[in-house]
Amino acid sequence: MNENEVIIATIITISSIGILAAVILYWASQKFKVIEDPRIDEVDEALPAANCGGCGYAGCRNFAEACVKDGIDDLFCPVGGNETMQAVAKVLGLTASEKEREIAVVRCSGSPTHRPRTNAYDGAENCTIVASLYSGETGCQYGCLGLGECVEVCNFDAIHMNPITNLPEVTEDNCTGCNACVAICPKDIIELRPIGKKSRKIYVSCINEDKGGAAKKACAVACIGCSKCFKVCAFEAITMNNFLAYIDPNACKLCRKCVDVCPTGAIHELNFPPRKAKPATAGGTTAVKKAVAKKAEPKEGINLIETAKKAAEKKGTDSKEEKKDNDNKES
Amino acid sequence: MLKTFSKGGIHPPENKLTANKQIEMLALPKTVVVPVAQHIGAPAKIIVKRGDMVKAGQIIAESGGFISANIHSPVSGKVTKFDKIIDTSGYKKDTVIIEVEGDEWVDTIDKSDTLIKEISLSPEEIVKRVNDSGVVGLGGATFPSYVKLMVPKGKKADVLILNGVECEPYLTSDHRLMLEKGEEMLVGVKIIMKAINVNKAIIGIENNKKDAIEHLTTLCQGYDGITVVPLKVKYPQGGEKQLIKATINREIPSGALPIEVGAVVQNVGTAFAVYEAVQKNKPLFERVITITGKSLKNPSNFLVRVGTATSNLIEAAGGLPEDTGKIISGGPMMGKALLNDQSPVTKGTSGILIMPEVESQRRKMLPCIRCAKCVSVCPMGLEPFLLMTYSVKKEYEREEKERVMDCIECGSCSYVCPSDRPLLDYIRLGKSEIGKIIRSRKA
Amino acid sequence: MNKLFVSPSPHVYGKQSVKGLMYGVLIALIPTMLVSIYFFGMGALIVTLSSVLSAVAFEYLITRFILKSESTIMDGSAALTGLLLAFNVPSNLPLWIILIGSFVAIAVSKMSFGGLGNNIFNPALVGRVFLLISFPVQMTSWPKPIAITEKMLPYLDAETGATPLALVKEGVRNGVKLSEIQGIPSNMDMFIGNMGGSLGEVAAIALILGLVYMLVRKIITWHIPVSILGTIAIFSGLMHLGNPDKFTDPVFNMLTGGVLLGAIFMATDYVTSPMSTKGMLIYGVSIGVLTVVIRAFGAFPEGVSFAILIMNAFVPLINMYSKPKRFGEKQKK
Repeated sequence: MNENEVIIATIITISSIGILAAVILYWASQKFKVIEDPRIDEVDEALPAANCGGCGYAGCRNFAEACVKDGIDDLFCPVGGNETMQAVAKVLGLTASEKEREIAVVRCSGSPTHRPRTNAYDGAENCTIVASLYSGETGCQYGCLGLGECVEVCNFDAIHMNPITNLPEVTEDNCTGCNACVAICPKDIIELRPIGKKSRKIYVSCINEDKGGAAKKACAVACIGCSKCFKVCAFEAITMNNFLAYIDPNACKLCRKCVDVCPTGAIHELNFPPRKAKPATAGGTTAVKKAVAKKAEPKEGINLIETAKKAAEKKGTDSKEEKKDNDNKES
Repeated sequence: MLKTFSKGGIHPPENKLTANKQIEMLALPKTVVVPVAQHIGAPAKIIVKRGDMVKAGQIIAESGGFISANIHSPVSGKVTKFDKIIDTSGYKKDTVIIEVEGDEWVDTIDKSDTLIKEISLSPEEIVKRVNDSGVVGLGGATFPSYVKLMVPKGKKADVLILNGVECEPYLTSDHRLMLEKGEEMLVGVKIIMKAINVNKAIIGIENNKKDAIEHLTTLCQGYDGITVVPLKVKYPQGGEKQLIKATINREIPSGALPIEVGAVVQNVGTAFAVYEAVQKNKPLFERVITITGKSLKNPSNFLVRVGTATSNLIEAAGGLPEDTGKIISGGPMMGKALLNDQSPVTKGTSGILIMPEVESQRRKMLPCIRCAKCVSVCPMGLEPFLLMTYSVKKEYEREEKERVMDCIECGSCSYVCPSDRPLLDYIRLGKSEIGKIIRSRKA
Repeated sequence: MNKLFVSPSPHVYGKQSVKGLMYGVLIALIPTMLVSIYFFGMGALIVTLSSVLSAVAFEYLITRFILKSESTIMDGSAALTGLLLAFNVPSNLPLWIILIGSFVAIAVSKMSFGGLGNNIFNPALVGRVFLLISFPVQMTSWPKPIAITEKMLPYLDAETGATPLALVKEGVRNGVKLSEIQGIPSNMDMFIGNMGGSLGEVAAIALILGLVYMLVRKIITWHIPVSILGTIAIFSGLMHLGNPDKFTDPVFNMLTGGVLLGAIFMATDYVTSPMSTKGMLIYGVSIGVLTVVIRAFGAFPEGVSFAILIMNAFVPLINMYSKPKRFGEKQKK
């Protein structure tokens, strides 16, 4: 074989391999073609492509398929919110129902100072593993375990561990209400609550169902089931169950009376402007609260106030906030 | 060559400190805290009221379902309180608190020590008596025993296997029981044989208990069909599947029960409890517990009433050592770490192990070097490193395909891992998550 | 009372640690080290030390300044890689080439994959093969073995000669019958290490001593070394019977060209070998076959390094298809 022959032979071999491969590929693409409703692609386009699973489906594509197949009455994309659902509705020629934006709220305030550790956990750093092993490092078997699985599952950088309180904190601007943290938390501490007027919220930051004495012993800021808030509430927004108060966000009128009467400071208010003077109605209880705050990390208190301030500044008006939200979604 | 199971296994240091300590009666505590969930399955329902006077052996909580067991008062005295106490499960559970007054037993119990060999009850009556007496598997799993005594329709048992392996390091309660109550135990075996209608029984004992093997072999001459099989020392030989493989070389298919291969497995302690229940009419309210630990002054084997606080045992064994880092209910391989020394002992507590602080802490986790040691020690032929990876990545469906549900949680993989990876922690996570998935699939 | 520790079971742990295992392998390599110093003098020591130190240094620098993580040099794996690399090169290799080799081994083959446990290919072999391809002249000019008494300190100036395998390859290529090739050492010489070659591959007896040590300490299992050596013996034996003029006998094949070093220390590297015993056997047999094939028909005189690297690439596949037999698995009918 001389050099020319080698070159020609090579060209022929390679070309024929190429042609053969092309034929096979063409045949395969025809043979295994999947015919899909083209609207699925269109719906998929309209979705945020976060694949977070917040809608209950494995990913956006599956959600799109479900929308096309079953209609959108029972479906909602928490990440995209109403706007996305309207876009989807437009594609499908349906109408979308409005839904208020929801945000994750952490219902535990048991920082190390409030809730002393009674034993030391030494094992895999994973909340679910701890929860299946035992009640946790503190006397409260309901409270946050502090290993941050919720932070791990968040796709939107919206929840972080505060190193001082060892509790997760939600960044409301980023939270899409996708339910990932709610679903993963083995203690069911995190709850999705409507964002509320001017994103103001009042909630019981505790889920301890023990009797008052036991709860108080385990944690200084636990709900002790004293029913004071229940009695003071004029709107029947508060229910008492198993020594635990729960505030229905839809019935709550944000009057903050319950916050004032709570003897342990278990009821939290979010994004309210700072109070001007000492409320005359509840001098005693605020004193208690202050004492608790003092006993706790002074930094912690300042932090809370500061974040509240910042949030208040940020969210001056509703329209502004909405605009911001839209920007976030688009980007 | 001694018999053993073929696949995997480890040999941790045995540390049987109390092997030569006679079983002693532990003094009655002032109060007992009796959990109503001492067994696998539904918790029992409390049937006494506050202020009631009860006698030892009196039923205080009734079986709450098919898989459940009666709870009897372990002492005589006054029911003072119902409270939630953290027990070995690590969570607060309902308990009955009884203040001890004297030690009066229910009249029907035969308190004498005489051996009764004659088995007068019919199989059905035996099952009923075992159920009434609240006997559960005393090996640690606490599965209600009467369920195992009823062979399901269409299945046939041909051999009863007695688990005298006690492969957990440190523990010696079964060992001492075999030595000191061997004869009673053998009658118990006979009773179980009658109930499940087999004429062959095998007692599997690991070779580190030579005295027990000898003792029982001699005694067995008086009992037809019961033989003692010495086994090579290897953990986890006490696992049902491993024990059946070791003694009669049958392999239980994945997901099936021992009856599938014609075997019924009972712990030797359970056999003794069955003897007491059937022949002496005595419900299960006390058991032998090993209290042990390297820095403990006086490690011992005690006969303890259920509901006694762990601290009482520790006191009797010489007090809690200064350097205590961990208190374990059960053995070091599968036992549960206790949160405090107030947890009551239950029917399932085979031992209390006090670990010094230096041995209590885990070493730092390093990256997996894929040395395959976990694969080679897994008695179920699984790949622990892979299962852990799937758990971490939450790829539960693939984990299920890798047969994670077969895992018996023996801990051999975590024990052997040179990188100190929490393999079993994550495998358990996978098992519980996949369990949820499987249940939702059925629903 | 102190706060009690609470953790999931088990509560006791075995004695083996990563560090212990790595140092165990290092100890197993000491006899080989001594023999190589005996036969190759100062050069062996210089090459070994520089390779080990540079490997450790590279790992330290990478963890400290690039990954900014905790240094991992104390686990002994970097030192082991360095040592194995040194054992795979001739004892008169210039320092700068060694540095390049250990850089490739540590930085390219190990740390860029994510450090210990994540690399696909055996780092020392990658370093070695990289050098072999990049510097073929320096990598194949083997110093002749000398007894330490004759000349104390040869390093770069050592007298060089060919390895037995290279002699055979050259001879066969020129059509010379095997029995007529000059200069092949006796089996006994090859057994104790008196022949030309990489500094760690020559001493069969020392390597076997290392194997025994590792088996006793339960650092490795027998599956990989035995399957490699057995396959080479059987396969090359068959070929030798078929054509004794062209193919060498099994004993010669086992003792030369780093087969023992490869089978005992390189192929058994935890990270790059399969997990199940079934997989280990497949892996070992494949390495054996590939080695003989490369030796007999390939361009390079020796094939162990390439065989191991090729099989390294197949390890994930082997792992996927050679699951251990599950307990209670139903027999396939």
